Amino acid sequence: MTTDRRPILLMSPALLWLFGLMVVPCLLILVLAFFRRGMYGGIEYTFTLENIALVFDPLYAQIFLKSAWIAGLAAGIASILGYAAAYAIAAMPRHRQSALLFFAVLPFWSNYLVRTYAWIVLLNREGLIVNLARWVGFEGELPSMLYTEQAVVIGLIYNYLPFVILSCYAPLSRLNPEISEASRDLGASGWTTFRRVVLPMTVPGIATGFVFVFVLSIGNFVTPALLGGGQFQMIGNLVYAQFLTANDWPFGAALSMVLIMVMLGLLMAQATVADRASGGKAGDNG
Amino acid sequence: MADRNTFRLMLLILGLVFAFLYLPISVLVGLSFNEGGLPTAWTGFSVKWYGELLANKDILRAAGNTLIVAIFSTLLSTILGSLLAVGVEIRRRNGKWLETMIFAPMIIPDIVLAIALLSFFSLLGVKMGLHTIIVSHVVFNLAFVSAVVRARLKSFDWSIVEASNDLGATTATTMRRVVLPVLMPAILAGALLAFTLSVDEFIIAFFTAGAGRSSITLPMQIFSMIRFGVTPEINALATVVMAVSVVALALSQRLNRGGLPGQ
Repeated sequence: MTTDRRPILLMSPALLWLFGLMVVPCLLILVLAFFRRGMYGGIEYTFTLENIALVFDPLYAQIFLKSAWIAGLAAGIASILGYAAAYAIAAMPRHRQSALLFFAVLPFWSNYLVRTYAWIVLLNREGLIVNLARWVGFEGELPSMLYTEQAVVIGLIYNYLPFVILSCYAPLSRLNPEISEASRDLGASGWTTFRRVVLPMTVPGIATGFVFVFVLSIGNFVTPALLGGGQFQMIGNLVYAQFLTANDWPFGAALSMVLIMVMLGLLMAQATVADRASGGKAGDNG
Repeated sequence: MADRNTFRLMLLILGLVFAFLYLPISVLVGLSFNEGGLPTAWTGFSVKWYGELLANKDILRAAGNTLIVAIFSTLLSTILGSLLAVGVEIRRRNGKWLETMIFAPMIIPDIVLAIALLSFFSLLGVKMGLHTIIVSHVVFNLAFVSAVVRARLKSFDWSIVEASNDLGATTATTMRRVVLPVLMPAILAGALLAFTLSVDEFIIAFFTAGAGRSSITLPMQIFSMIRFGVTPEINALATVVMAVSVVALALSQRLNRGGLPGQ
């Protein structure tokens, strides 16, 4: 039963589907990046490195850097908040933890657009926060909060925070409390125990959370489009524009290719961190 | 003493984080029931904005499209994903490439898959519409279904399959009468998850829907409405969409945790 071909037969429809509609289209993007843009927006089938070079043109490199900055900011703040929340959940009584975790992650499963829209409701010129400020007696012109870089960062943190809570909770909940106790018994303060014992053992969770928020943020185009306003551009919006308005598919493909490389690099770094953390434990004992 | 203070600090952190997570969506839901529709003043409870939704032809058509996309992509991905999961778990020794390929649709950024599919369909000259959204949604949905089913198969006792074979059942009968019933809760949970993901998915649908308004899905409709600002109607629509995904997800969780009947 286990040595025959039947498992392959069961797998093949799905694998063919993934091959035809994921692998091939993604390879197509790689190929497209090396073609020339046609006179009228089409594709001219001659090899060129121009598109790749254009990505590193200061004009576009700057957008890349800004996207990385915003993604880094969102990932950094989300990691701190998410770790704190996961730590707090892990400190609660055992029987409460799964319910708390469920409610922390629940918003993650509701519609992304709706969650982003909620911040438009809060931040817009006639929104709740402005009204609240007026109500407590603030007069005069309030700085616009919507359509700013900060609004984009807040939106990204809001959308991806549950993910960090989840990734940080896993190592925190597996932590053996006796280790912390041993550290205290040996005279370490609570803070030292946290910094020298708990934190190093749970770093893979933070790394996973950080990398995922960063990767999801840097290529994001919905949040910048909705909370950043029309003129606010991140890489995702640039890619979007090449495909749907500027009609320069080869350049759009080149942008995506560089984006994918950045993402893959980060995901691999994260896998290494996770590997080292688990490998270290097993290796030292053996 | 220090421990009690730490505990209080933990409670405070939890309170703040949960407020951050839930206040924005609560405000949204609250406003959708505000008679006047403005965030400035509460003028009384009303469901009139939900009534407006039902009178809006664009929204109804988009909702219909979303339902078509979600139902068909769920059906397809549930079948493909479950078969994949069973095959992968029977085979056990799967190469790294295979595992990566199955895992990839869950982590590949939407925008990348979206433009890849758009380029692919247009270079092939495929006319885009609801059908292209459906086949595209199957790509990531089948990965999620197979992940859920595989999780269930990890704790599956394969000796009952051997027992069934020893008793003279054909492979097909064993699959239908032994494996399928055990997997059913996981398959249904996977299907519900796929349905939710498909209902909510915006970017891939946006790129593979083709031109014209006839194949606009609900998230696409919401996106274009949001761009013009805040209206009580969007608040109501957002509340409905959120409620649908939360209910489907809670159901999926429940099914999957329920375990085997009689176990």
